[in-house]
Amino acid sequence: MTTEVPQSLIDEVLTAVGSTPDRLLQILVGLQSRLDYLPPALISRLAARLGIARARVEGVAGFYSFLHLAPAGRYRVRFSDNIVDRMLGSEALSEAMCARLGVRPGELSEDGRVMISTTSCTGMGDQGPALLVNDRAIGRLDPQRVSEICDLILHDTPLAAWPPELFAIDDNIRRADALLTSHLAPGSALAAAMALGREGWLAQVQASRLRGRGGAGFTTAVKWLACRDAPGERKVVVCNADEGEPGTFKDRVLLHRHAELVFEGMTLAAWATGAREGFLYLRGEYAWLRPRLEAVLAARRAAGLLGAGILGATGFDFDIAIHLGAGAYVCGEETSLLESLEGKRGTPRIRPPFPVTHGYLGHPTVVNNVETLAKTCLIARDGGAAFAASGTAQSAGTKLLSISGDCARPGVYEYPFGVSIQQVLDDCGAVDVLAVQVGGASGVTIAPYEFHRRIAFEDVPSAGAFMVFDSSRDIFEVARNFVHFFAHESCGFCTPCRVGTALLKGYMDKLADGHGALQDLADIDWLDRLLKNASHCGLGSSAPNPVVDTLLKFRPAYERRIQHADFQPAFDLDGALARAREMTGRDDAGAHLDSGTGVIR
Amino acid sequence: MIEQRKLRVATVSLAGCFGCHMSFLDIDEHLFELLERIEFDRSPLTDIKHCGPCDIGLVEGGVCNAENVHVLREFRANCRTLVALGACAINGGLPAQRNHLDIGACLDEVYRSRPGLARAQVPNDPELPLLLDKVHPIHEVVRVDYFLPGCPPSGEAIWKFLSDLVNGRTPRVTGPLLHFD
Repeated sequence: MTTEVPQSLIDEVLTAVGSTPDRLLQILVGLQSRLDYLPPALISRLAARLGIARARVEGVAGFYSFLHLAPAGRYRVRFSDNIVDRMLGSEALSEAMCARLGVRPGELSEDGRVMISTTSCTGMGDQGPALLVNDRAIGRLDPQRVSEICDLILHDTPLAAWPPELFAIDDNIRRADALLTSHLAPGSALAAAMALGREGWLAQVQASRLRGRGGAGFTTAVKWLACRDAPGERKVVVCNADEGEPGTFKDRVLLHRHAELVFEGMTLAAWATGAREGFLYLRGEYAWLRPRLEAVLAARRAAGLLGAGILGATGFDFDIAIHLGAGAYVCGEETSLLESLEGKRGTPRIRPPFPVTHGYLGHPTVVNNVETLAKTCLIARDGGAAFAASGTAQSAGTKLLSISGDCARPGVYEYPFGVSIQQVLDDCGAVDVLAVQVGGASGVTIAPYEFHRRIAFEDVPSAGAFMVFDSSRDIFEVARNFVHFFAHESCGFCTPCRVGTALLKGYMDKLADGHGALQDLADIDWLDRLLKNASHCGLGSSAPNPVVDTLLKFRPAYERRIQHADFQPAFDLDGALARAREMTGRDDAGAHLDSGTGVIR
Repeated sequence: MIEQRKLRVATVSLAGCFGCHMSFLDIDEHLFELLERIEFDRSPLTDIKHCGPCDIGLVEGGVCNAENVHVLREFRANCRTLVALGACAINGGLPAQRNHLDIGACLDEVYRSRPGLARAQVPNDPELPLLLDKVHPIHEVVRVDYFLPGCPPSGEAIWKFLSDLVNGRTPRVTGPLLHFD
């Protein structure tokens, strides 16, 4: 390797982010952003410097899709590949950009300038098609904006000099309720909770019946109590801002518009649990939010809302550090997230033990979603009973929905729990609806006969995504997009998920390619059950959800693709003999195979 | 009531090494027990050339050439229950190690480029089956009902599998019997 990395650069990064093995991911992210990729010699030097095996460093670098072990260009353009971006025309725009810049998708340009590829949902479904260029996000793409981006790349304009309006991101708040209308002065919720004492504050959180907004819906007070009571002096609060579920973007809006609430919620969790350190795990796709977030943190420190002796209370010491992810959906699972926080590959841990007793570096840790933490500010201000007064019996309070797809007004909507899907569709201006995907790729596909159902833990739970598909859409292609997503994001640790998601992708592609046979539907069914029952974590067990649901509710979309009554190979058998025919010069009857039997039409 | 008659069983080795068949013979004295319940159709054990209607087909080896495809299709067309027997039938196995090579380059290397070849040409006799560009597991070419892994599956595993099948139980091979090497 000829690339020489100056020692001063390595030192600079290590000084900035720390030089212990648990900081490895942050070190790699820092070096990647300065060097554009991580050359092999650098990997070796880092391993020696940190005193860990080279394989460990390379293993971490190889796990995260935003880290590159080979040159990937000075401009790394990633088109968001969620189905909603596709519906808005991302594929044609990506092709146009490739043609203009003279590159093939996923390949480095000959001059080493640019690489254009796709990435999982970048959390911009309300203003897609979207892309990332290095660590900046650009939405509302159209041919003109793509052309402008091409010009900037061709002129080697540094990202910092690109027109700021390219990077303008809208919050698109369409319906505000308790949280989005709360105008809390920084520190006011915290002061209210501190006035109650730690016990009194926890009692309010219990009374609020607040449940986690990240999807699983675990009762927040139970989590906080368990962490507080777990053996060990050192407690940790982690905010899960790895908002990777395709179609979700409400946390992006909260972090953009209401970061104060999020950090105050983390501090409230620290008050309850006795934690002294906090982490915001920010997905790499949202790295562009970091400067703003750091500024908010600095302001809070200056105001005595973070640091030692918060609001003058001796012994209440708490601070928050931002940790960047690097393009791995699985890190949204809390134990993967903790592994990643510790600088490792994001492989889910075996539970139990749960993070509340054995979390970050083995210390009792609370991991909460962005929205959950923000909501605790309302409990501090108004009391638990007031919070519990809205919503439904088992789902107190409001829920933010990220609405995208075929509707007139995509964006963030805050509703009290219990709102019907039909009501949401009416509000966002969706007509002629074929299906709604609630909760993202791992969620549930809702057909029109279920539109009376309600968003709540006791009916249709949701981490926040709400993707609308009208009757012009092909629901099979929606499911196939999600299946590709899971195959791409499988962490590779357990065989059922690593192999199962790849096989499921193979079957969906076989159907899409016109080789579908009835037997495939039986095989898909079997794979769905295998993934659901045998996977190590929730990624694998929820990977078949879009297929299970669409097969149940939109079976004709699959049956239309059945070309053969029994079985049909996924490849052209006669074509597989072509090379041998060429080499032997034969073209007799024995040198050919018919490509299948039992053709339906 | 299903008539009590002997079940007809066909076996074949496609792109395999006959190791699975040898392992089948390793069921030793169980063969006599088995023969109370089954009779063989096409098999290396009978030298019957084409298979007729059968209850069970055991297929060893993957699919590497056009003849394999014809034989496998004949088995699928005739066997009520088709079993992929052993690693090669299930995954392609050792023969599939050529899958990352271009089959044309392989043929060239073997028949044309080697020094000392008198008449350097790729054999083109119509009697010879043409090679597929890749070796495939059998389930990629026909529908398969059961898979018995192992390289080879042990005699005990084959005996357990077949006695389940013959006695009307869904074959269930677990624990030490289910080994892969």
